[in-house]
Amino acid sequence: MSVTGDFSKEVLRLDPEMEAGRICSRIRELMLTRLKKRGMVIGLSGGIDSSVTAALAAKALGKERVLGLEMPERHSALETRQLSSMVAATLGIETVVEDISGILESVGFYSRYDKAVRMVVPEYDEGWKSKIVISGVIERPGFASFYLVTQDRNAAISTIRLPFKPYLEIVAATNFKQRIRKMLEYYHADRLNFAVAGTPNRLEYDQGFFVKLGDGAADIKPIAHLYKSQVYQLAGYLGIPEEIQKREPTTDTYSLSQGQDEFYFSLPYEKMDLCLFAINNQVPIGSVAAALGLKQEQVQMVFNDIEVKRSTTRYLHLQPLLVDDIAWENSK
Amino acid sequence: MSLQEDIRSFIVDNFLFGDEGGLSNDSSFVKEGIVDSTGILQLVAFIQEQYMIAVEDDELIPENLDSVSKVTAFIKEKKRMIAADRATADI
Repeated sequence: MSVTGDFSKEVLRLDPEMEAGRICSRIRELMLTRLKKRGMVIGLSGGIDSSVTAALAAKALGKERVLGLEMPERHSALETRQLSSMVAATLGIETVVEDISGILESVGFYSRYDKAVRMVVPEYDEGWKSKIVISGVIERPGFASFYLVTQDRNAAISTIRLPFKPYLEIVAATNFKQRIRKMLEYYHADRLNFAVAGTPNRLEYDQGFFVKLGDGAADIKPIAHLYKSQVYQLAGYLGIPEEIQKREPTTDTYSLSQGQDEFYFSLPYEKMDLCLFAINNQVPIGSVAAALGLKQEQVQMVFNDIEVKRSTTRYLHLQPLLVDDIAWENSK
Repeated sequence: MSLQEDIRSFIVDNFLFGDEGGLSNDSSFVKEGIVDSTGILQLVAFIQEQYMIAVEDDELIPENLDSVSKVTAFIKEKKRMIAADRATADI
């Protein structure tokens, strides 16, 4: 594909009806021929991706063959339950609520997390909140670094760069959340003979924005080929509630509210989509800079960041590696 | 062991399973896939703890951290600056 002078967000415009129809046909085909399961389990986060995935599954398989799981915990945003219930009601799908706070408590998540935070903020205690943010890729050239943002009981905010060990401890502890949610999704899938859906969009899938064996685990990922802007286009067509369409993309993982673009992506999703598209389709950097209102050097920094993330997260996509290849065809 | 040998030894032990093969002192850690972004965090932790040097946000750049030679030069320059600051304070 060649895109030159008039590069804009219009390159991501799709025909939602046609695309939804194509995805639904493919879901049915894959369920029948490959997965051989009778329905689909989807973890609902109240965000756009899981909502659109659930809507596509209901359209493809019938609403009675879709189970939505709501899995809040004590750090979840208040609107998460409200929005995920809203989309389930709109789609007419059954839901099960599994509060994962107890499981997280049992595996020691909260104490491990707090202990890791106290490695850098010793006074961190009950009533405090925190999150991790990434250094701005286009504001500061160089290697990415991560910062811990804490909020004390008086709502005073402080930010400190995370050293290596506490950074790993915090991320490792936090990954319990995605892995426990996926464990429950597979529990319900097993008892119902359903498949489990993953809900990444193309940006998340390409850039490795998921936890291995957590939200990265699934039997089928129906929207992994769609840029986030295109997921929003489908949401409008599929009748996803306005409140969900207007919600800012969030990780809903830390006790302090955290946007996806402050934790992982260099730019808001509309701009990240265009940069990723530009890389995938060899769009000249000058056209991208003009479309995004950025300098060419800044776009180059984003391009570099995309390539670095692709490279450093590639292992997340890998199956377990074997010393020798095993040819399945020969073992039939 | 010289500073450069120290740095080299840290890289070889931590990122190459002790196998020096192919690592030149000017090899780019990132371009040659020796150290990824998490590895850079580990390298910075090593520099800070081993040499009692504070690495500032704006110093987290390839020019300072992307090869054995660059890390060595960076640490030498930081030590020189610390010594100069101390000398000024003593005056």
